[in-house]
Amino acid sequence: MKIRKSAAAGNDKVEMQMTPMIDIVFQLLTFFLMSFKIATQEGDFNIKMPIASAASSSSDVPLPPIKVRLQADDQGNLASIKLGDNPATTSFNVLHQQIMNIVGTDTGPNSLASQAEVELDCDYNLRYANAVSAITAISGYLDPATGTVVKLIEKLKFAPPKAEQ
Amino acid sequence: MPKRKEYAVTAEADMTPMIDMTFQLIAFFMVLLNFGEGEQDARIQLPSSELAKPPDAPLESPLVLQLTKKGTVLFNGDELKIAEMGPNLLTEKRMLEAKKKSVAESTVIIRADGTAKTGVVQELIKKCQDNSFEKFALRVKQEKASGP
Repeated sequence: MKIRKSAAAGNDKVEMQMTPMIDIVFQLLTFFLMSFKIATQEGDFNIKMPIASAASSSSDVPLPPIKVRLQADDQGNLASIKLGDNPATTSFNVLHQQIMNIVGTDTGPNSLASQAEVELDCDYNLRYANAVSAITAISGYLDPATGTVVKLIEKLKFAPPKAEQ
Repeated sequence: MPKRKEYAVTAEADMTPMIDMTFQLIAFFMVLLNFGEGEQDARIQLPSSELAKPPDAPLESPLVLQLTKKGTVLFNGDELKIAEMGPNLLTEKRMLEAKKKSVAESTVIIRADGTAKTGVVQELIKKCQDNSFEKFALRVKQEKASGP
């Protein structure tokens, strides 16, 4: 049987229906736009605090912990920082300097910084952000030249909690 | 003057560049969509620290406790007082033991509000210690600042 060639054969243009695709694509775009949230990066300060911290820490750390006392005023703001027998201060930069004076610049694997332990003794009312600032000052700093974190004392623990005032 | 013949003119817009751009946008938002934000809560304003770096490896069986500025703990969708956390922590401990995981090796992530009282954070840590948890991670948000 002879198949008749249509007159328009060869010129047939198949038009794709764009409308449903664009609908769905815009729906998807709106979904992702709505659920888009700029999340700030988060990080952790690791603290190992077994229940019998006093007994166990004395066996693996030969050094007594460096005591940092943070005092708060009535509103929970920072009143004073005292590291060991150093004079009290209110600046975390001074605390950082004092820590640097103790551990020096050596941050190698067997350095004083890697073995020393800091015990944070905070007032009950003290705002947690102040405690985090103290932990930041103690545990390291950002090297301004390279932008990398230089670690100082990483072993941290909290003194037993004080009674609520 | 002869009248001009009128033709039916269909104007077809070229869709290709628009679709290209739209797919690009979808791909961009898809890649940026972060499903790991489940633990973030608008009620918690984390304190910031310039040393905060995201952990290199995911933590071993983490337990996330969120402490609000009121001193309550957000845990599994409930808002609880610290004194009421005991049974929940015990359940978590039992579940870890049932999965043959060490409770001492699992990390408790504490996401405490910056204005919360440090004493309350310590009470929460104490409560976890009572249930044999030993490793804690104080979560802070990253801050871009110059050296201390």
